[in-house]
Order: sequence, then structure tokens, then C-alpha cells
Amino acid sequence: MNKADVLIIGAGPTGLFCAHQLGIIGLSCEIVDNLDKAGGQCIELYPDKPIYDIPAVPECTGEELTNNLLKQIKPFNVKFHLNERVEQLKRTESRWHVKTSGGVEFEVAAIVIAGGVGSFEPRKFPVKECEKFEGSSLFYSIKDKSIFKDKTISIFGGGDSALDWAIELSNTSKVNLIHRRDGFSGAEASVQKVKDLNDQGKLNLFTKYQMDSVVGDKNIETVKIKHDEGEIKEIKSDYVLGFFGLIMQLGPILDWGLNINKKTVEVNTENFETNVQGIFAIGDICSYPGKLKLILSGFHEGALAARGCFKYAKPDEKLRFEFTTTSKAAQERLGIKK
Amino acid sequence: MAKITYHTHDNKTHTIDVQNGLTVMEGAIQNDIPGIDADCGGGMACATCHVYVKEEWLDKLPAKEDGEEDMLDMAFEPKNNSRLSCQLIVSDELDGLEVNIPSKQG
Repeated sequence: MNKADVLIIGAGPTGLFCAHQLGIIGLSCEIVDNLDKAGGQCIELYPDKPIYDIPAVPECTGEELTNNLLKQIKPFNVKFHLNERVEQLKRTESRWHVKTSGGVEFEVAAIVIAGGVGSFEPRKFPVKECEKFEGSSLFYSIKDKSIFKDKTISIFGGGDSALDWAIELSNTSKVNLIHRRDGFSGAEASVQKVKDLNDQGKLNLFTKYQMDSVVGDKNIETVKIKHDEGEIKEIKSDYVLGFFGLIMQLGPILDWGLNINKKTVEVNTENFETNVQGIFAIGDICSYPGKLKLILSGFHEGALAARGCFKYAKPDEKLRFEFTTTSKAAQERLGIKK
Repeated sequence: MAKITYHTHDNKTHTIDVQNGLTVMEGAIQNDIPGIDADCGGGMACATCHVYVKEEWLDKLPAKEDGEEDMLDMAFEPKNNSRLSCQLIVSDELDGLEVNIPSKQG
């Protein structure tokens, strides 16, 4: 059981800065995120794209912003629980109990949901029968590549994941790479490599094809692919892999009794608390009149939510407003030596 | 101002006056037309505002910029007439545009 004052759900820029604000006022927190690294949309959607509207930072990439925020919260030794998705929520007396998909448990005084547009999940095939084979002969990520040795693998997608795995698995497996168009979004060098392997007969490339259906009893036996013009090919496949990027889903938070409107959580603008006492929502996931989905708005929301958490974490103490330039307590928490 | 017609998956038709300068995605979001999620808010980073454009309009729309086709690879059931509605900026020329919204976005 992890005990802290506050649990932050989401390690995007808003969640990270909220951790800073909690640290400054002397509250402890832990952060859960479904991705394998901190940064949220900044890291997952646009790590290399420059951002131009962070106050006092004329230009920085999503990755730089994330790294700077991580540096900024370093003094607080915040514990991260990555690759974990929050599942269950229970109220006992004045504390919240939260359990994640991987069984990690928390007991906290308040919760800050900084979940962006939801947790990132792999985007799946539109073909319904695929569900039946998911996890046995159809995958959206690879945990153990040894199972593919000497098998026939059909890989769908045109981005870096699809290309990289097609190249790698072609060493030990028979690989079909199927993509909906002639162009690819992956790195130019990988595209060339795939084309070379195709020319050498070490990989079969099918472009302008998409999945039509999968055929099999317990495991996939063949997969049918359909050309733009309508022609259908049936290809033998022991395994099917789909790499279509990630989609964001709200998931179990939907069942927490929060007022949810179009994938966002309603909050008040005084301290960004939801309709449930002790649960706050900040960043892209919260909604209120005039809400702007900007990182800078998320920072403001996090600062106020952190202060909103104080009365739940330390009900007998009064929070005094202080500046980091002059507050001895804040500077001590930041580990500043004079 | 342009009249944009959105056909939703429940076989309903919504014809909306959308101001010039807004995107076809924003026209849908502001008028509560279901089926366009626009998770990334118009940044061409998510493919959840994917629509099918009525064939006769395909050639009249501004060409896809770099990146739109890459993002469409990630869309749910992309077809030849697929576009990201966040990239379609409304102008008088788009008056009468019709789009179909897919059954889901992911």
C-alpha cells in the first residue's frame, strides 16, 4: 500500500506541474500513468514538434518541456507508477483507496485527475472477429518476440512500429507487411529497407490492401486482405500484428460518479474540484465555461487544485500563501542551500 | 458562411451554417454533432475527426498537407475519400459540402 497526501493520475505536463505545486506547499504525491514514460500527449503525440505558447519559453519541443518539468520536480522525489492504469476507487472514512490494473494500491487524502483525453490504448482493427484472437494470435504490441520464430506473421500498418517489426521479424519469420497505401509514415531508411527486403524475397509487401477478415478456429489460420479496387487475397498467417498508433480512452474513470460531459469532467474554477469531494480534475480532461485546452491553462489549474487538496491532506492546518522567492519553507522543500 | 451537411452513423442528417475560417471539425463540435471526437483539438495528431467526403467534393477540397495522410493511416477504416475534418477550413467555396461520419473513431 502506497500512502501519500495526493494521487495524481496522468504524468503529462499538467500532472507534473501539479506535483511541483503540491511539493511547494508541503504535500506528498505519487503519479500513475498508463504509458511507459512521463510526458503524456507531449511525448506520445508530438515529442519533436515545437511548442510556441509556454509562457517565457519562446520555443521548446514536447520532449524538452517534459524533461524540464521532471527536473523541476526532482527535489520532491515524486514516485512514478508507469504502465499502470487506475481501475478501482473506494472511499473509507476520509481517505481514498485506489487500485491499478497491475494491482498497485494507494491510500490518499485527495486525487487529482490530470488524465488528458484519457489513457492511451492501442488502436484496434475494425474487423469484429479480431477480438476473439486478441492476446493469443493477434497482438497490438510485442512482449515476447521468440514466439514468432519460424512462423508466418502478417503485420498491418505503415508507421515506424510496423516497419521496424517487419524488418526485425523478417530475420527469423516469414513476414507479410500490409498497408493501405503506397506511402509510409515511418522513417525513410526503414521504408527503403522494407522495399529492398521485398525485392530480395525476404518479406512480402502488400500495399493498397487493408484487412477484410481473419479466418481460424482457436488460432488464426489465414487472413483475408482487400485491395482498394476490391480484389481479395487470402494469405496464410500464424500471427497477426496491428500497429495503428494509440487512441485515448477515459476507461474506468467513467464509473467514478463524476459529472462527465463529452469525455471531460466538470469542475469548479475556484479549485478545480469535481462534483465528488476530494477529487480534482485539471488539464485537458476538465471542463468549465471558457476552458482552453492549453498547457498554460493546465499549469494554472494544477496550482489551484494543489491548494484545494490541502484541506483534505492537513485538515487541522491552515495554508498560508507564500512566494518561492521569499518563503523559507518552500525553499527548504526545494532543497535550496544558501 | 457555408452550409455543411454531416451524415451521422445513426442515419441522421445535420445541415449547419458554419462560419468561414472555422474547420469542418469545429463546426461539428460546436453543434454537438456526434461521432467526431477530435481528441487532439485540431493538431493533426490523433485521427479522431476522420470523415468520409462525398465523392464529388474530393477534387474541390484543398489538397492534403504533409502529415494528414500519415495520420489517416491510424484512422478507423480509412477509405479513398477519407479526410481529417480538422484540416478542412470552411470558406464560401465549401458551401454545400457533405461528409459522412464513420461509425466510430477508434
